[in-house]
Amino acid sequence: MTEVREMICINCPLGYPLTVTIDGENIKVEGNTCPRGEAYGKKEVTNPTRIVTSTVPVEGGDLPRVSVKTASDIPKGKIFACMDEIRKVKVNAPVKIGDVIIPDCAGTGVAIIATKATGQA
Amino acid sequence: MIRHDIVVIGGGPAGLAAAAAAKKKGIDDILILERDTLLGGILNQCIHNGFGLHTFKEELTGPEYAARYIEQVKELGIPYRTGSMVIDVNNKKEITVISREEGLQIIQAKAIILAMGCRERPRGALNIPGCRPAGIYTAGTAQRLMNIEGYMVGKEVVILGSGDIGLIMARRMMLEGAKVKVVAELMPYSGGLKRNIVQCLDDYGIPLKLSHTVVNIEGKSRVTGITLAEVGPDRKPIPGTEEHYSCDTLLLSCGLIPENELTKELGASISPITSGPVVNDRLETDQPGVFACGNVLHVHDLVDYVSEEAALAGGYAADFVKTEKDAGKAPVALKAENGVRYTVPQYLDPEAMADKLTVRFRVADIYKNRSICVYFDGKLVSRTKKRVLAPGEMEQVVLKKEEVLVSAGLKEITIRTEVEES
Amino acid sequence: MSEKFYDVIVIGGGAIGCGIARELSRYRCNAALLEKEEDVCSGTSKANSAIVHAGYDAMPGTLKAKLNVRGNAMMEQLSKDLDFDFKRNSSLVLCFSEEDRPALHALYERGLANGVPDLKLISGDEVRKREPNITDEVVEALYAPTGGIVCPFGLTIALAENACENGVDFYRSTGVTRIEKTGKGYLLHTNQGDFRATYVVNAAGVYADELHNMVSARKLHIVPRRGDYCLLDKEAGNHVSATVFQLPGKYGKGILVSPTVHGNLLVGPTAIDQDDKDLTATTAEGLAEAMEKATKSVKNIPFRQVITSFAGLRAHEDGDDFVLGEAEDAEGFFDAAGIESPGLSCTPAIGEYVATMVAQKGGYAKKDDFKATRQGIVRAASLPVEERAELIRKNPAYGTIICRCEGVSEAEIVDAVTRTLGARSLDGIKRRVRQGMGRCQAGFCTPRAMEILARETGMTMEEICKNREGSEMIKG
Repeated sequence: MTEVREMICINCPLGYPLTVTIDGENIKVEGNTCPRGEAYGKKEVTNPTRIVTSTVPVEGGDLPRVSVKTASDIPKGKIFACMDEIRKVKVNAPVKIGDVIIPDCAGTGVAIIATKATGQA
Repeated sequence: MIRHDIVVIGGGPAGLAAAAAAKKKGIDDILILERDTLLGGILNQCIHNGFGLHTFKEELTGPEYAARYIEQVKELGIPYRTGSMVIDVNNKKEITVISREEGLQIIQAKAIILAMGCRERPRGALNIPGCRPAGIYTAGTAQRLMNIEGYMVGKEVVILGSGDIGLIMARRMMLEGAKVKVVAELMPYSGGLKRNIVQCLDDYGIPLKLSHTVVNIEGKSRVTGITLAEVGPDRKPIPGTEEHYSCDTLLLSCGLIPENELTKELGASISPITSGPVVNDRLETDQPGVFACGNVLHVHDLVDYVSEEAALAGGYAADFVKTEKDAGKAPVALKAENGVRYTVPQYLDPEAMADKLTVRFRVADIYKNRSICVYFDGKLVSRTKKRVLAPGEMEQVVLKKEEVLVSAGLKEITIRTEVEES
Repeated sequence: MSEKFYDVIVIGGGAIGCGIARELSRYRCNAALLEKEEDVCSGTSKANSAIVHAGYDAMPGTLKAKLNVRGNAMMEQLSKDLDFDFKRNSSLVLCFSEEDRPALHALYERGLANGVPDLKLISGDEVRKREPNITDEVVEALYAPTGGIVCPFGLTIALAENACENGVDFYRSTGVTRIEKTGKGYLLHTNQGDFRATYVVNAAGVYADELHNMVSARKLHIVPRRGDYCLLDKEAGNHVSATVFQLPGKYGKGILVSPTVHGNLLVGPTAIDQDDKDLTATTAEGLAEAMEKATKSVKNIPFRQVITSFAGLRAHEDGDDFVLGEAEDAEGFFDAAGIESPGLSCTPAIGEYVATMVAQKGGYAKKDDFKATRQGIVRAASLPVEERAELIRKNPAYGTIICRCEGVSEAEIVDAVTRTLGARSLDGIKRRVRQGMGRCQAGFCTPRAMEILARETGMTMEEICKNREGSEMIKG
């Protein structure tokens, strides 16, 4: 069974509309004008991934919250599961950029790390 | 009176990069004045990723990008003050600043770098009719409340304007459990980056309605709903196209305005197109020794370009302090026409200019298959083909000093789009 | 909730109610004011033209005519006593055609009959010499040097604070739902319990008819007449220096263009009768009409510099004049109803007029210790550099700027919240210190103002409202 998906390439401002046809293992990308477009189209239908960013509250810091992100991109389908875990966390000051907040977020194997530092109040 | 060689007004990405560059050019007596409690400016609340691809060849979040420059400023030992608001600057470069700790002070600067950034266009300026309840926020205000303070501003959201902050906030609110019902855009195209439309709207199934605007706001206490209508080519609502959306929040992402109140006070000329000061190739305003960079000069879409531009301004400010020479008015005017809305800088001096000068500009509409053409006094000197040009994406051309110099007596450089015969 | 007893209860904390309360506070009587919103100055008083009319409009002999000229004369001293912004910027009524000249001259005669001082008819050229942006169409104008502009928030809040300091109890968020006549006075049912009073003053604005009709068979009928306005940036504030009216004529009542006392430019109002007394929504048509009609008077108004638009409701009573005094069939129930233009201008005079009546009825003597003056909130940004520096030395919170556009410091916001009858909402802060009234319309300072309000009142951030309950800023 073949499936056809339409999407817009985000690699450059030209934003070409891509048509990706999935026929089992066989994936065909049309509408792109460069190899990056093809790679993007394939990734978006096989394993779309995203970086997730949010904030977490800080206890005893000179800032009330610090921002965090997934250390690398995670499967798109796991975004809300990650958010649920991030929402449960509280950290203690001090925090440095890069500090691991959650070692393995929602079973993705990807850590949540701080993107903002705060000292102790 | 307190004296400093260079005073940088604003400790956001522009001010930080400018100060660091001035220091590296040998000026030690620098002071950065920041009105907020932290350095880093608006980047502190831009917790999303996508910053720094040009500068650091990696994808950083806003706070991480800011931290790199803040660390640099600290390592270079550049003095800065937070919680310090400049309330007046005059054409003698006397700066009046107030703060909790130091009270009211007047600082005499040899050179000033303006890096105050921009603000968002509010509901009032859009003249949207209807009620005036709670629940109407500019996207940036909502962003600050959510990302810095940790408060949700609403549950059911409509966003007017598809600028990047609006798109980013659409995703942010969805992630925090709100329902974003629609993003409406007055123009027939979005001013936001493609990747933001895909990753902030499409990923979450949020519809983007182009050529639509809000024609009514309901709610006596808190927003209870809004009415959208389609607009015609004149951008006026088309009767009969009204659609009602119930919501408790309306976010506005309808454009940014450079904050040039101080610039006007010190007497520098302002461009009616950019709403920023008119500058020469050294990013110097028509007040000698007063430089400008970042969003106060013209609104950028990538912070990487802000840092780059600010570093130039910092370097030129350092040069000015060393020579304290008023170079006089730059003799060559840059003119924008036929689809090019403006250029920054607006003037250049062929003798004094750097070997390469990046001229930045925006186009007036979405154009396909056009060329960016550069004319020296009416003579075509370069023609660059572009498949797509969009107002949301800043464009640039690079002028080479050697080419400018050979055109003796050059008065005017024109940058324009021209239709490609394909 | 236990009942509360007063000699006099004023219903309504607008300019009129606060003006009456302040004048009543000169007398030895136990008085209270009930306001249904979370703050005084929340109805018609917060959204109007902010004009102190000279007094030529009303027909001679009417209460409007008499109290306008008196109110105008009182306003200057009152602004000094109570420390609010008022300026005599003069006014012009423009006449656009030869055929309308008789109507303009009639207005002049009416002004003389009303006792308006120093009125003058001036030629179109003379008008344009004074005001270069007046259109060429203008053939003649009525010039009134006593015309003025006032901060309606400043006026109302100053009156309220002064009344409060002189012993009047203020109950905010207290709405009267029912009034019963009792043996020796009235029983007022409110959402905050019952109040009893010997005398009641009804200054309930657009709702004054409903309250009056609870106790009187001689019914009043008030129509909320909406006016839409546009407010322009301070950069446009000098576009005209006088308040510019249009001679009422075949184009209707006309639209005014005026500087505000804070240096903005105001254009409006339209006049649209509506049913809803609580709906102050502008319409696209209304705003367009205001802008279009204004261009008949004034050239080149920079409408690109509109920073906000708003609508207010005039309390228009069918009888077309103020209804002031004791209701004929309800002893001890005093009306201050139907207060539409020039109501704001009449505020001090109505206060004096009604309070005197009530005091006579009750036989109240004057106090010896009435304090006629009130100190407003220091506006640090308007002080000379040295004084401002000294202020910050004394209180460093004057050195933290919260509202960039209007230069409002943390200390001023704290003062607005903690002083007599302090602000309980963001709008309350805004009306006291202008935080958020500038060109960015509170984009930057909203979160900071919310934090200060929460800190100073002990409210949580979730409880912070823009104005009344239900207008919470945080939702999630």
